[in-house]
Amino acid sequence: MAKTESTFKNMLLTLFLVTFIASGTLGFVYEFTKEPIRMVEINKKNEAIKDVFPGFTNEPYQESFKVAAGKDSLTFYPAKADGKLIGVAVETYTNKGFSGLITLMVGFKMDGTITSIKVLSHQETPGLGQKIERDKSNFETQFEGKNPATFKLMVKKDQGNVDAITASTISSRAYCDAVQRAYDGFEAEKEKLENEKN
Amino acid sequence: MNQWQNFSKGFLKENAVFVLFLGLCPTLGVTTSAVNGLGMGLATTFVLTMSNLVVSMVKNVVPDKVRIPAFIVIIATFVTVVELVMKGFLPDLYKALGLFIPLIVVNCIVLGRAEAFASKNTFLSSVIDGLGMGLGFALALTILGGVRELFGNGSLFGYKFISGDGMLLFILPPGAFLALGYLIMLMHKLKKRIY
Repeated sequence: MAKTESTFKNMLLTLFLVTFIASGTLGFVYEFTKEPIRMVEINKKNEAIKDVFPGFTNEPYQESFKVAAGKDSLTFYPAKADGKLIGVAVETYTNKGFSGLITLMVGFKMDGTITSIKVLSHQETPGLGQKIERDKSNFETQFEGKNPATFKLMVKKDQGNVDAITASTISSRAYCDAVQRAYDGFEAEKEKLENEKN
Repeated sequence: MNQWQNFSKGFLKENAVFVLFLGLCPTLGVTTSAVNGLGMGLATTFVLTMSNLVVSMVKNVVPDKVRIPAFIVIIATFVTVVELVMKGFLPDLYKALGLFIPLIVVNCIVLGRAEAFASKNTFLSSVIDGLGMGLGFALALTILGGVRELFGNGSLFGYKFISGDGMLLFILPPGAFLALGYLIMLMHKLKKRIY
């Protein structure tokens, strides 16, 4: 077959066909993967909620709601057992990380006590700031069972109560900032949540 | 050149990373572990093979003056397919590779092979070339990732056999350059011995 000549008509037609077929293919693949991707997202959230606040019987993901905080928003996942509110998992964030955004899931009992914290996403340095992840070091365990009303969410260098990760003070500070934001949001929304319970 | 030579040249003789020095951005960026290197390599292999296949099929239809935009659209389509499928079915790998998947589009190997090989050769040769080049790239990334994981973390493919932290330097960006430099030296020694 002879090579198509580079005339205006040929070029226009070829590029149109190429992009047309490409967009058709992508549309098909997008439809095909939409559902699995959504399921993955939901599963990831559910896993994280279960990790920070076990023992609920409802579907916190379906009952979640967003509250504006700072430049972004916090997402609340109410955890209920037998229709009664037992706690909240709060998805929070901070921009103060060593390499940008860190998102956390923090579990609160209704009195404000932290049950557990899980890192959802971060870009911190592997081997240093990465230790904010629960399976990389025991940094997270010092928060468990503490109430931010009495436990000052700041690293010891800033006269707080948190033992920072060695050589990762910035990551530790960012972590505290995110937890503090979750706690502030939780305190502000507590009344509303309590009222919903009854 | 027979088809076996066509396939095997990607592994050592014309290896994309060690000899041609193409696609170094993902090479240095994602190879913090052997699994990441392998995943990135296989994703690139898929894109390379499919784009070579399509480009060799349409090479006579596409006019010369618009061949680059046409090839880029074809490549970008396959990259997006890989991204969506990986997001839906391999979320852990997707999380680890992150931004580097969309960046396959601008990986010079893919466009380089489309332009230098697939647009001049037959359908079969192009597919074999894409497969060989891609697997060679995957091999290089796996070796580099393996070396960095071994020294930096004391593990290989996530299986830990030295306890403790290892040499952190190898996981951090400078380690990528160091490890790549020494690997290139070794590969050239090996290449001289064979050819």
